[in-house]
Amino acid sequence: MTRTAPVFAILALLLPASIGAGILSGAVPLAPADVLAALLGGSDPVTGVIVRDIRAPRVLAAALVGGSLAVAGTLLQGLFRNPLADPYVTGTSAGASLGAVAVIAVGGELSATVVPLAAFAGAMVSALAVWQLARLGGRTTVLTVLLAGIVLTAFTSALVTLLLVSSDRLALRLRAIIDVLAGGVSVRASGELVVAAIVVLLGAGLAFVLGRRIDAFVFGEETAATLGVDPERTTIAVIAAASLLTGAAVALAGLVGFVGLVVPHALRPIVGATHRRLTVASFLAGASVLVLADLGARTALAPAEIPVGVITGLLGAPFFLLLLVRARRREIA
Amino acid sequence: MTVLIARSLVAGYGPRLVLREVDLELRPGDVTALVGPNGAGKSTLLRALAGLIRPAHGEVTLDGIHVGTLTRAALARRIAVVPQVFDTLFPFSVREIVGLGRTARLGLFARPSPADGEAVERALDAEGLQPLADRRVDSLSGGERQRAVLAMALAQEADVLLLDEPTTHLDPAHQRGLLHRLAELARDRGVIGVAVLHDLNLAALADRVVVLADGRIVTDGPPVKALTPSVVADVFGDGLTVLSVPGDPDRLAVLPR
Repeated sequence: MTRTAPVFAILALLLPASIGAGILSGAVPLAPADVLAALLGGSDPVTGVIVRDIRAPRVLAAALVGGSLAVAGTLLQGLFRNPLADPYVTGTSAGASLGAVAVIAVGGELSATVVPLAAFAGAMVSALAVWQLARLGGRTTVLTVLLAGIVLTAFTSALVTLLLVSSDRLALRLRAIIDVLAGGVSVRASGELVVAAIVVLLGAGLAFVLGRRIDAFVFGEETAATLGVDPERTTIAVIAAASLLTGAAVALAGLVGFVGLVVPHALRPIVGATHRRLTVASFLAGASVLVLADLGARTALAPAEIPVGVITGLLGAPFFLLLLVRARRREIA
Repeated sequence: MTVLIARSLVAGYGPRLVLREVDLELRPGDVTALVGPNGAGKSTLLRALAGLIRPAHGEVTLDGIHVGTLTRAALARRIAVVPQVFDTLFPFSVREIVGLGRTARLGLFARPSPADGEAVERALDAEGLQPLADRRVDSLSGGERQRAVLAMALAQEADVLLLDEPTTHLDPAHQRGLLHRLAELARDRGVIGVAVLHDLNLAALADRVVVLADGRIVTDGPPVKALTPSVVADVFGDGLTVLSVPGDPDRLAVLPR
């Protein structure tokens, strides 16, 4: 524990530092003193609106999204014993986006609670489907999980497209749809942030509590059972936690790839494989990474914005390749 | 006094029944070797004894209670299983793996107690793993990893220890060492030890040998009574010869013909 204490200290400092940087920078540069005054309610009206209504919610949303995706990735990797699993590749995110798009199609985005709940339901259904598909042949293997994820993503994407072309309403809601599909952090109402924060807290808390049981899955479901863990019930609880987190993330930011895959993968050699420690570290690191990525998305081509999913894709894919190559080298050496 | 009993046990996977009418009573203090050709039902019997598969007919009871009615945690406190598969891509340390043996004794929110820590250290000592305790399991050799998994099961401090081919990756010295430690646990702590073994010479070191073929028990008794030349020829074919050890009527050796 003492060996990894400095890592946790760094991660715990990185998150507030990233949030601070996220609020300070943007199309209009702000001085730290003005930001502080705005947060305390004593600034000029324009700065107040920028800080309180635009930047702070957006930065907090980015932190929630990054933390959620990283913890969901930790959960799914542990459950499937597969360092390549995450909400994106297992089709969980796609299921969440289908849920979100479906309620937007009927006008549900006008209520702050409906989109996260629909996204959660979509995530849960698709994660359960992947789990069942992956076990069809008996034992779940790395390959079956990935194949099931591909199949499910293709299927849900087809359904999303079908919804898009068949619903007149959706043509009028293009902005909301693009938010869900392109991976851009957006907070349409402050109520949405509160609902998402509660959902994330529930999911992350559940993930932490389940950590030790997920450790017991290291040699498979049967060994988990002989160690005293009920594999079915634990799997469903883990999938529920991952779905809460993915649902909240998709409701706030749509499809953001690679954070859930790369963050736990990169942290494991540093903080170890036990899931309680990995959950805490992943939340802190994932939140910081996405706040910084969103900062890049807002400022790189300012005043135009790039969806943050583009940034995580551009940075995440090569980083992931690097990790793969290093792992392969270690195996050979 | 722990007693694990299988009565008229019929079990398998879905419609495919592997075990046909197995009766077996296991008592504390004995190490039992399960032997038999591939597909005889050894691992299936072990799974049924561990409550991992539900019998199609018959029953498995631990001190008179059906194992199927106990919760996973209650079962894990009484019965430990050494699995055949122990590959992982994750960098758990050896001590963390051994610590998994305490899972059933921890509540959802509880932290490991000093007693849990002591049990883990004892298990590490027993398998001679202290020098490797902080190493990553994914960096160990197959034999070292197998010992880590053995220590994990030992840390469960269960009354019954079921081992599925526990010696596959071990060198000859560690293979014999494992059987000696099992015998010690059985003798000193009254543990019931059951090991699926392929090496008949190792099986001959057990207190009792159960020979399985086609899902049925062929013979069951002390090694020299169970592994007679005619049983070995019937079950394993005529490629093996059973020799008695001069001057020691309780020992035997099995060699390729």
